[in-house]
Amino acid sequence: MNGIPRRSDQGEEALPETAAAERQQNSPWTPSSATPIAATRSRAGDSREAPSQGRAVVLADLNAYYGKAHAIKGVGLDYAANQVTAMIGPSGCGKSTLVRCINRMHEEIPGAYTTGSIMLDDQDIYGENVDVVAVRRAVGMVFQKPNPFPTMSIFDNVAAGLRLTGGRRGGKRENIKDRVERSLRGAGLWEEVKDRLSEPGIGLSGGQQQRLCIARTIAVEPEVILMDEPCSALDPIATLKVEELIDELKTRYTIVIVTHNMQQAARVADTTAFMLAGELVEVGPTERIFTKPSDSRTEDYVSGKFG
Amino acid sequence: MSARSLTLTSARRRRTDVVARWVLAVATVLALVPLVLVVYYVVNKGASAWNTQFFTKDPTGNSTGFGDEGGLKSAILGTIEIVAIASAIAIPIGIAVALWLTEYHRGGWLGNVVRYFIDVMTGVPAIVFGIFVYLLLVIGQPPASAYAGWKGAIALALLMLPIVARSAEVVLLLVPESLREAALALGAPRWKVIMRIVLPAALPGLLTGSLLAIARAAGETAPLLFTIAVTSGTTFDPGQRMNSLPTQIFNNLNSSSDPGLISRAWGGALVLLAMIFVLNIFARLVSRRSPAIR
Amino acid sequence: MEAGVISRGGGSGIPKRSPRARLADPAFRWALTAMALGLVALIVYFFILLIVKAEPTLSHVGVLSFAFSNNWDFGGEIFKAWPLLVGTLVTSALALLIGVPIAIATALFISELCPRRMRIPLTVLVDLTAAVPSVVFGLWGFFFLAPKLQGTAQWIADRLSFIPIIGGGHAAGPSYFVAGLVLAIMILPIVSAISREVIATVPLDHKEAALALGATRWEMIRMAVLPYSRAGIAGASMLGLGRAIGEAIAVSYVIGGNATLIHHIVEQGDSLAATIARSFNEANANQRGALIACGLLLFVLTLVVNFVARYFVARSTRALRAPPAAEPVASGAV
Repeated sequence: MNGIPRRSDQGEEALPETAAAERQQNSPWTPSSATPIAATRSRAGDSREAPSQGRAVVLADLNAYYGKAHAIKGVGLDYAANQVTAMIGPSGCGKSTLVRCINRMHEEIPGAYTTGSIMLDDQDIYGENVDVVAVRRAVGMVFQKPNPFPTMSIFDNVAAGLRLTGGRRGGKRENIKDRVERSLRGAGLWEEVKDRLSEPGIGLSGGQQQRLCIARTIAVEPEVILMDEPCSALDPIATLKVEELIDELKTRYTIVIVTHNMQQAARVADTTAFMLAGELVEVGPTERIFTKPSDSRTEDYVSGKFG
Repeated sequence: MSARSLTLTSARRRRTDVVARWVLAVATVLALVPLVLVVYYVVNKGASAWNTQFFTKDPTGNSTGFGDEGGLKSAILGTIEIVAIASAIAIPIGIAVALWLTEYHRGGWLGNVVRYFIDVMTGVPAIVFGIFVYLLLVIGQPPASAYAGWKGAIALALLMLPIVARSAEVVLLLVPESLREAALALGAPRWKVIMRIVLPAALPGLLTGSLLAIARAAGETAPLLFTIAVTSGTTFDPGQRMNSLPTQIFNNLNSSSDPGLISRAWGGALVLLAMIFVLNIFARLVSRRSPAIR
Repeated sequence: MEAGVISRGGGSGIPKRSPRARLADPAFRWALTAMALGLVALIVYFFILLIVKAEPTLSHVGVLSFAFSNNWDFGGEIFKAWPLLVGTLVTSALALLIGVPIAIATALFISELCPRRMRIPLTVLVDLTAAVPSVVFGLWGFFFLAPKLQGTAQWIADRLSFIPIIGGGHAAGPSYFVAGLVLAIMILPIVSAISREVIATVPLDHKEAALALGATRWEMIRMAVLPYSRAGIAGASMLGLGRAIGEAIAVSYVIGGNATLIHHIVEQGDSLAATIARSFNEANANQRGALIACGLLLFVLTLVVNFVARYFVARSTRALRAPPAAEPVASGAV
């Protein structure tokens, strides 16, 4: 993780534009306008060489509660930087709750709390004097149902993160315009919406809305992206597009994806973790989990005996 | 339930059904009769009182046949001023309280206590609010400034507050939780989530609730009786005694059986009714176009 | 550093915000808390102020004697408000008796029977009745309703003269009866609106279960709708009662202003709120004290009524939160 370009202390207005531009030129994943899917397919292979920005996340003895209900029971888990980790398991096993702990969204539910630690590099996000709001800037989240802000245009939706988190209305107009375009390109949505940026975000199709939400998330330049069943509300074509996108995104972000769809886990994830009843049963390379799981419960689940 | 025929329910049951339906329908028509009668009478008697003088002159206090009777200018302007001030106080505070309830205290005993007190406030008779503001702000003040427009506005604001807060709470609860989560997950501080995401999404509903509260306040007489006193001149200084339509109508009717004063009371009633109906209908139109909440 | 701007230091993953930016959230929250709790404090203070200012009268007359002894002579400064309290209760009871059945019928018709496209216009019209200011109802009641009803009232009074209070007496224009009728008109919209809300919470499968059993519409209303929404409708009626008790302006025109204990409902009388509205501005210090005590009595009365009302409405809407859809009622019917 030494090759990470350090960012300026001056906040987002002074975010290294040059570095960003550089990234766009150098990075192999700059989306092509014509055939995004085919183009990204061919590039997926060399994505590891891209300048990495993602960070490792390490869970240690993580417990989560809803009032008295113990939803996550002592989970320890390493998320490697710039990898896609899938969380699988039957409904109610706590995989969504676990993921919501990683950007401290869990505690937004009245009565909910956590114990244990989650290290983002060398910092415990549950440590003392840690700013929750800042944690969420570093760890972005994409939700199950696409949730663009209904009162905002496509452009404003993507800019929302910048404006909501920045001071002085989020910085200079030009700066925002660049970032919006870059984020929309990053989410593979630019070509589809560039001529109607001022139209309302909720006018898009479901799949486009979800990619808009991803654009909104990457616009604030997080280091980890959590995805809570991002495709469960989408049709197969839209799902495919989002999966392609996830594959691209991992060059820059560490990705944790919750899914109830094992095929999806097999398609997108480098690592897969299986949870059951709030406990982590098994974690390992995706292929091994699906072919030679070491735990019988995992085997029962991936072979469709329950869940 | 043993009937096998597809066409025949027992005649008695069918008759009961028809009779019951008719009774309910007739009762509904009956419920609308007063509205029709009131509107008919107010328009009938009020319109004849309207003329240029009615809108451009202050009341003079003269009886019919004893000189110029004047109009109701001060009352109309006074009502608009007082209600505007009351709205400026009650709407922001009401929405703030509703936000406190929906964004910070959905459950929990403290939220329930505040909710309970808002309910109590809703039940307080308007005239008791009038007494309260009288005791709080009028009594014991130097006579020159004892009664004032702004004090009436406070009394109306107290009346509006629970209406605004209650309706705002309902509307804010309708804002999908997913929007708040989306904004929070972007790393937005809570207050910005509220100001930039939650409030805009709820805007049409908030507007409807506020307009209905304004309409309610505009027609209230009781909170103003003991707080703005009686006067006939137009003033734009809220520190002065102020006239208002409801109090003017009340006093015209109370103090005399003079046909001229009565006629102007009807004219004033028509102005008031028109203002309130327009506000009501506008409020409903606004509520119908709410893209954010479905 | 600018307020709100987030910056990231070194290789650490968590960015930092300036202390000022981190202060904004608690500050916002505390401002809202101050307003919410300020509201509570204001109501409490309101109650205390009312008690303190009513205290001289109450301790002079005696609390029980003020409320329950029959002698109200405003000019002679004798303040025993029983006639007014009874006037308030009689007019409000009349309002409920006349208003509530019609309100419920209206609510049932609008939510269960009327054609879909009539629903919104009817709702708007009924709600508009609530928007008519009380002073306009007073004006209309005084000049139109009271004179028009005098003959009818006398006729009814003569027919029912064998019933004490309800029948008999000489019908005046303004009277308890007219006041009750005007109050009925005024509370009808709110009772109807809340009943409609309550009826809307009746689960569809209850209604469909009834219809599937071969019930007619009316039987469906009786079997499924009314039992389910009974508590809520009771609450709605109580809220209407609260309104009726507190209404001052309209009543002050149409009740007559005669503060003697009721003999016949077609005769003139007075109520707590109406007396306050009529006499407060011209009253001397003693009289004002008495009227403030009347206000306190009114306040306590509405407080109790509203408390009961909220209990009923809450009980009925709790059912909404835990819909008994999973109960065997619906599935058993299929």
